[in-house]
Amino acid sequence: MGRVEGKVAFITGAARGQGRSHALRLAQEGADIIAVDICAQMDSVPYAMSTPDDLAETVKQVEALDRRIVASEADVRDYGALKSALDAGVAQLGRLDIVSANAGIASFGMLEDMSEETWQEMLDVNLTGVWHAAKAAIPHLKAGGRGGSIILTSSAAGLMAYPGAGHYVSAKHGVVGLMRTLALELAPDMIRVNSLHPTQVDTPMIMNEGVYKLFRPDLEHPTKADFEPASQAMNALPIPWVEAVDISNALLFLASDEARYITGVTLPVDAGAVIK
Amino acid sequence: MGRVEGKVAFITGAARGQGRSHAVRLAQEGADIIAIDICEAVPGVGYPAATEEDLAETVRQVEALDRRIIATKADVRDRAGLKAAIDTGVAELGHLDIVLGNAGICILGPWDEITPEVYQTTIDINLTGNWNLIQLTAPHLIAAGGGSIVLTSSAAGLKGLPFLTPYVTSKHGVVGLMRAFASELAEYNIRVNTVHPTGVDTPMGADPSMGEKFGEWFAAHPKLGGMMVNMLPVEVTQPVDISNAVLFLASDEARYITSLAMAVDAGNTQY
Repeated sequence: MGRVEGKVAFITGAARGQGRSHALRLAQEGADIIAVDICAQMDSVPYAMSTPDDLAETVKQVEALDRRIVASEADVRDYGALKSALDAGVAQLGRLDIVSANAGIASFGMLEDMSEETWQEMLDVNLTGVWHAAKAAIPHLKAGGRGGSIILTSSAAGLMAYPGAGHYVSAKHGVVGLMRTLALELAPDMIRVNSLHPTQVDTPMIMNEGVYKLFRPDLEHPTKADFEPASQAMNALPIPWVEAVDISNALLFLASDEARYITGVTLPVDAGAVIK
Repeated sequence: MGRVEGKVAFITGAARGQGRSHAVRLAQEGADIIAIDICEAVPGVGYPAATEEDLAETVRQVEALDRRIIATKADVRDRAGLKAAIDTGVAELGHLDIVLGNAGICILGPWDEITPEVYQTTIDINLTGNWNLIQLTAPHLIAAGGGSIVLTSSAAGLKGLPFLTPYVTSKHGVVGLMRAFASELAEYNIRVNTVHPTGVDTPMGADPSMGEKFGEWFAAHPKLGGMMVNMLPVEVTQPVDISNAVLFLASDEARYITSLAMAVDAGNTQY
């Protein structure tokens, strides 16, 4: 008996990275999946974003676990498209229990030099997109009458600041306010809302030259090897970064009935980055 | 394959209530257990004390799961007795991976009725007992190459609750203890976290000597009543709910989670 057997989970940003890992981990434990991803590049993002092939690979891997998955391309900034994708998924899979608002981008710059477009794109995806995912899902969770679990992916940067990514820090702090308000508003319906706060995770959003340069401004073209000691220095535990599955294991716990009375929690999966 | 298969856990206050539930839940997932409990009355405590028969029942329930358990009557305030229980248990079971600081007492009363003895005893057991525990178990965790320590604080470790001054003070102190040790032990790959339950359905949570008085105090101070309310429509949680959170933090699923104060409180601290 899987830990989320028979439940259905809606995951944004599911084409790769943490989102794909969440889909697989929940499917391993018995859940069916509704997956969305933008599968396209955005102007302000300095690394290659996900592709339709990535999302197809997530579908393949979930199906290999004998679970059902309904995947579509949708941008979390477009509420109508996101809602349509979710509604179609729920119509097909019959219910909704778990929401992972995981879609997010990273870009870099000091606040005084940042373009308004870069700021706005960040807030639109990493904050408003999270609200869109929750807003689209709430009617389905309430209709089920079984409660539910909404997990918002914030960041260690949702609990502390870093220089060079003020728009990201602001959006991820905003996610905490969103989480706390949703937790309060949805508690009467036994819908729990919590946030996850990863340190650096070994995914394409982190493992790119933009991030390496943020950590190693002293080098012109820093590599992953150059990034490693700087990344480790941020964590209290003696490791440079965590793996996507570590975030998925925390998400699985919060999504499952094991956490049936846990709500309003900011859960760091951060190797102690926040206590440093 | 259990979620803590092959690990050894040391649990204080394991005779009944949450402590027994932790022992059973971890044993279900493959851990062996070293259990201690004071098994006697503490002056001032209004609910019935745990007994040696209770501890023997924990032993029976763990052994029924085909896991090993070494149980000893010991007081977390007695460093020599605690150290002997730790060292003997680890020698017998071979190593130590998980430490659960669960033993605690709760004595109620309005601020002006709390005696110095009640205050001191609460701090000694709920706070200093956990300091004793970590200082004496950490060398074994270091020897094992890392580990997970989970201390039981309370919703009253994150916010004030009325008619519990020594308890609130001790449980806030547990958070400081957790954070300080999380920093110093991180280099050894030892994680330290707290769990913060709201009301749990245990003998401590249902103090028969207090029901009536509690009502009187809240009647006299009606503004304070709302502080006890859970945000989720749940009156009381079960020991297994705390055990599930402890199991997660104890397991390798949480291998990079440290210095977390995890509320298992139906949203009590969010009000």
